[in-house]
Amino acid sequence: MPQELRIVLRNVDKIDALKIDDYIDANGYKPLEKARSMPQADLIQEIRQSGLRGRGGAGFNTGQKLAFTYSAAGDQKYIVCNADEGEPGTYKDRVIMQSDPHAVIEGMAICGYAVGATKGYIYCRGEYPYVAEILNAAIAQAKEKDVLGEFDVEVCLGAGAFVCGEETALIESIEGKRGEPRCKPPYPPVSGLWGKPTVVANVETLANLPQIVDRGSGWFAAIGAAGYPGTKVLTLTGDVVNRKYIEVPTNTTIKEVIYEFGGGIAGGRKFQAVQIGGNSGGIIPESLLGTQIAFDAMAAVGATLGSGAVFVMDETRDLRDVVCRMAKFFEHESCGKCIPCREGTMRMFDLCEKVGQGKGTAADLALLQEIGETMAVACFCGLGQAAPTPVLTAIKHFDLLAGKGCA
Amino acid sequence: MANLKIDGIAVEIADGSTILQAAQAAGINVPTLCYHPDQSVKANCRICVCEVEGQRLLQAACSTPVAGGMVVKTNSAKVLKARRLILKLILAHHPQDCLNCTRNKNCELQTLAEEYGIRDNPFELKLKGYAEDNSTRAVVRDQDKCIVCRRCVETCSVVQTVNALCVEDRGSDIMVAPVLGKSLAETACILCGQCIHACPVGAIHENEQIDEFLAAVADPDKIVVTQIAPAVRVAIGEEVGLATGEMPMGKFVAGLKHIGIDYVLHTNFTADLTILEEGNELLRRVKEGGKLPMFTSCSPGWINFCETFFPDLLDNLSTCKSPQQMFGALVKTYWAEKMKVDPSKIYSVSIMPCTAKKGEAARPEMSDSGFRDVDLVLTTREVGRLFRMSGIDFDKIQPGEFDPWMGKYTGAAVIFGATGGVMEAALRTVYEVVTGETLADVNFTAVRGMDGIKEATVNLAGLEVRVAVGHSLGNARKLMDQVRAGESPYHFIEIMCCPGGCIGGGGQPITKCNAKRAERIGGIYVEDEQCPIRKSHENPEVKQIYEDFLHEPLGHKSHQLLHTHYAPKNKSIL
Repeated sequence: MPQELRIVLRNVDKIDALKIDDYIDANGYKPLEKARSMPQADLIQEIRQSGLRGRGGAGFNTGQKLAFTYSAAGDQKYIVCNADEGEPGTYKDRVIMQSDPHAVIEGMAICGYAVGATKGYIYCRGEYPYVAEILNAAIAQAKEKDVLGEFDVEVCLGAGAFVCGEETALIESIEGKRGEPRCKPPYPPVSGLWGKPTVVANVETLANLPQIVDRGSGWFAAIGAAGYPGTKVLTLTGDVVNRKYIEVPTNTTIKEVIYEFGGGIAGGRKFQAVQIGGNSGGIIPESLLGTQIAFDAMAAVGATLGSGAVFVMDETRDLRDVVCRMAKFFEHESCGKCIPCREGTMRMFDLCEKVGQGKGTAADLALLQEIGETMAVACFCGLGQAAPTPVLTAIKHFDLLAGKGCA
Repeated sequence: MANLKIDGIAVEIADGSTILQAAQAAGINVPTLCYHPDQSVKANCRICVCEVEGQRLLQAACSTPVAGGMVVKTNSAKVLKARRLILKLILAHHPQDCLNCTRNKNCELQTLAEEYGIRDNPFELKLKGYAEDNSTRAVVRDQDKCIVCRRCVETCSVVQTVNALCVEDRGSDIMVAPVLGKSLAETACILCGQCIHACPVGAIHENEQIDEFLAAVADPDKIVVTQIAPAVRVAIGEEVGLATGEMPMGKFVAGLKHIGIDYVLHTNFTADLTILEEGNELLRRVKEGGKLPMFTSCSPGWINFCETFFPDLLDNLSTCKSPQQMFGALVKTYWAEKMKVDPSKIYSVSIMPCTAKKGEAARPEMSDSGFRDVDLVLTTREVGRLFRMSGIDFDKIQPGEFDPWMGKYTGAAVIFGATGGVMEAALRTVYEVVTGETLADVNFTAVRGMDGIKEATVNLAGLEVRVAVGHSLGNARKLMDQVRAGESPYHFIEIMCCPGGCIGGGGQPITKCNAKRAERIGGIYVEDEQCPIRKSHENPEVKQIYEDFLHEPLGHKSHQLLHTHYAPKNKSIL
């Protein structure tokens, strides 16, 4: 029986999130002290060697990101925590921030020291005002205890746009502009918030940092899958017995997640499909359940790890209905900036609706595929590039025209 | 320098260049829609996507920097498939009325649809059915045609700093719209029409008044008299298949008579007159301690801008009407007298490079002749359409001549069409009036060219006169902020609303880039050089009108007909 391994969730149910002393008693803010005793370049090297990669979905090496920002010239640099957790079915960042806000703040302060940034922003999802309150309380306590030194953190509440989870759209939003992605390059480590070198990192990524600094890169690199070491926090939803969150090493298979941690399919029904990574993720058939929940392993089977949402569908779900709702989500959340996304998501939704009503034809599926394949390579940002994934994977692995239980 | 391969062609290009620039250097045309050579890179249309070896995603050529060793394919099957689908997606959200569109045969989207052989579209046509915004007299917006490339928004907000247009809503509901849900007339729009040039399609166009013109020339009771603005000749050829600057003035006059105009006169005449009035106004302000710096007042978009954003500086504006409105007031008084015609029968048509002129002619106070001074304003584009409609072959047409009394002009009037021209023309005259000496060289080259703000100092018999020239309203704003702060070192400031001056006006043939504007400016100075007289005060018809009618600059008649006043716009939206 595989076991959970709690690194970022280590303090859940063990400390009071609103008591900084609890966090400090649990070895909190000592890693920050340790980090500050190291030369910046050594600290960055240590983080790079841990192999930690971004937990928001893009999987970029965190140490590398810090190194770029460290090397970039700038009179001011920023650390931005991406807490705009918008993928449906994902709530891992909320759990981390609610139960252990100081781990995130400490992670930001470590990054701040590493790259020479004295200011941080937490861009918190607009639907999480209560989380923002917790964060603000924690920041106030940290300032009172003077554990952050020069480093200042501010919470910025989003306004509900899914696209603001994209790092450059998030930056635009903090700057008070329309939430829309920017051209890359330049990437944020070179020119980010207000044109200054900026580290944008996910909540879960940042919460890993104090532990990595404390226990060393070797310890972390040995956990889980080699190319994507450490753990991943997953949120189980849908037709699974245990709808809960877990933190497991990244070499855990999807099958173990669903059947060991999730307790299998609810109601004794049969498995049909699972979608991992939120609406932007692929819909995976039973034949691929042996895949590890690591970035590269998922990519190798044409799926994504993404945010780590695990949405299980049993045999009674009509996949046509499922993909139609997802298409509607993207049609609604497209920012409208680029043509393939704003027109493509709208047309994909139209066609999915037709297919969902049982009126679809082979030509409709072919057109869906054509739009999806173009969007995947031609859209401006990750939202549009990922938007067709559920539809494309559903077409690939299932017979959508057959409808319910089409596996 | 970076060395890369584009479609197998080796290209060496400066670091920091884009794939688009490298492709152009290699002689390969990569299609664009949102890209504008004088604007920031937007990369939102995605029509320029190319394949880069080793990259999973297609890369937008306009925004992707080159790298050494890069291997680019601009026309692979994958690229063409994506571009054609993107075009179909746009076209399914765009009215299918090319035949009725002002941009028919001059539309970037239409051209691409043809080039990419779009014959059928699997997508159902979906239009929002927005009503046309014709709330202003000059600029009309057809929201349904907008492809949201945002070039107009950047022109309005960055080049002109007017901020009348913005991006509203999201997803497939996204649109470019006048700010705060208002009509265009309710915004700060100053009618410059630069958004028309920025638009790749027909979503913004001039308020077309060809029908009114045709009705007037068909009316036997109307005496149709026209004036031609200085900037029009150099560009009108572009409308009828000639190169920039290639239309000889005589043939232009003949063409206008061919489309039914009874008398062809020239705004250049009143441009020269403006120099006499405005030059003397400047000297009076300098001598008598009047408000300085004095600003030129020829450009109605600039006047709208000043009245909207700098109402506290209206006293700095010259009280001279624009040459168009001076002409309008004189044609129904002085000219009618000279020609012994009933001024009530005169239908005064002006041919302008400008959309804001349509608004200026309609200003209630512009009726000092006792009639509407200017009855109709046609843009260069509208006249181009009339020429094409009339089937004139400009290679074969015999040149015509201007009609008397208000058709003679000097090189100083010609250069009104280019940024710096009014300033240079004024200096040519003011220098000679003040010093009593003949200018050794009439060319004041320091105030010429496309630099945003130009300045010069001229010694007038011991008085150091400092002048500045700004074109486009972003530059005007910089100069005005300086004046407002009490830090302006200048005596006289020329402002032209449009980039490059009137040759880049909102009514000119569609001009995508400043390079074309520079080309037209070249044509203007060639014409100036060819003029036998190049100083306004030497224009014989101008001398005549002072002898017979006006008597003296700034005199009683001038005050009555040639000068005006300004009022704050008090736009509630600001």
